[in-house]
Amino acid sequence: MTTYLIAVKILPRPEVLDTQGRAVEATLKEGGLNLEHCRVGKYMEISVNAENQELALNQVREMAEYVLYNPLIENFELEVKG
Amino acid sequence: MKNQPKIGVLRFLGTNCDQDIWEACLATNLQPEWVWYQDHFEPSNFDAFIVPGGFSYGDYLRSGALAAKAPSMKDLRMAADKGIPIVGICNGFQILCEMNLLPGVLMKNRDGKFIDEWVDLEVCSESPYSSAKKVRYPIAHGDGRYFVTNEELKNLQDQDQVWLRYFDNPNGSTFDIAGVKTKNVFGLMPHPERALFDWMGGSDGQSFFEGFLK
Repeated sequence: MTTYLIAVKILPRPEVLDTQGRAVEATLKEGGLNLEHCRVGKYMEISVNAENQELALNQVREMAEYVLYNPLIENFELEVKG
Repeated sequence: MKNQPKIGVLRFLGTNCDQDIWEACLATNLQPEWVWYQDHFEPSNFDAFIVPGGFSYGDYLRSGALAAKAPSMKDLRMAADKGIPIVGICNGFQILCEMNLLPGVLMKNRDGKFIDEWVDLEVCSESPYSSAKKVRYPIAHGDGRYFVTNEELKNLQDQDQVWLRYFDNPNGSTFDIAGVKTKNVFGLMPHPERALFDWMGGSDGQSFFEGFLK
């Protein structure tokens, strides 16, 4: 068994109004900073023990689908951090 | 009319409208009983359930998302399957949506602000809880923007599941929706328990709770 550190990155779906992203974007623009758009989501790191990387990703995907993201309004992606 | 129906009132850490629901039940001849979120219970021991408002789990992750996975909710799901009436108010509505007992999801208000005010609501679909065509209850929420896709909205309309609509949409909800229902599961953002007597500012909530007697 190896310990894997998996990142879960969750963003609001593009068609959903992202109130936090809009507020951050407005503040950045008001501060004179140059940007097109900003979206705000969630970032989590989960460490799991698994036989291999694929199984580790499957474990965390199951967690994402269990509760971490809501498919009606969010998308998620996984990244192996270590 | 039923004689003193027994109402299970769900309580989580962070629930804060539980005592108001309790008093509303007593005031309308209902018999409330606490149901602790970590306990299991026998659904058929109750005539109905109320999931009150508040901030279960501090609204962490998404409002209602963690509460939806609590041990007691397995039994609440069984109650729903058995056809026992379940009403979720505010955070209770968010929890029922996260459990998929009701369609849609509640998101942060359009303007990002917590809103606390009285609202006028159109009653669009029949239920035991609202026989009038129009009711007035207070709202108090930060995450009250009801969201469904256009496709899902059409399903709701086809199946007569749009229950309550704001006359003046305060939070950006899809189709001005303030409450939805299935056959026996009901969810609404406004607080009928805060509108029981005239001294509260309105008494439309009386007939809401009397609905449990029907």
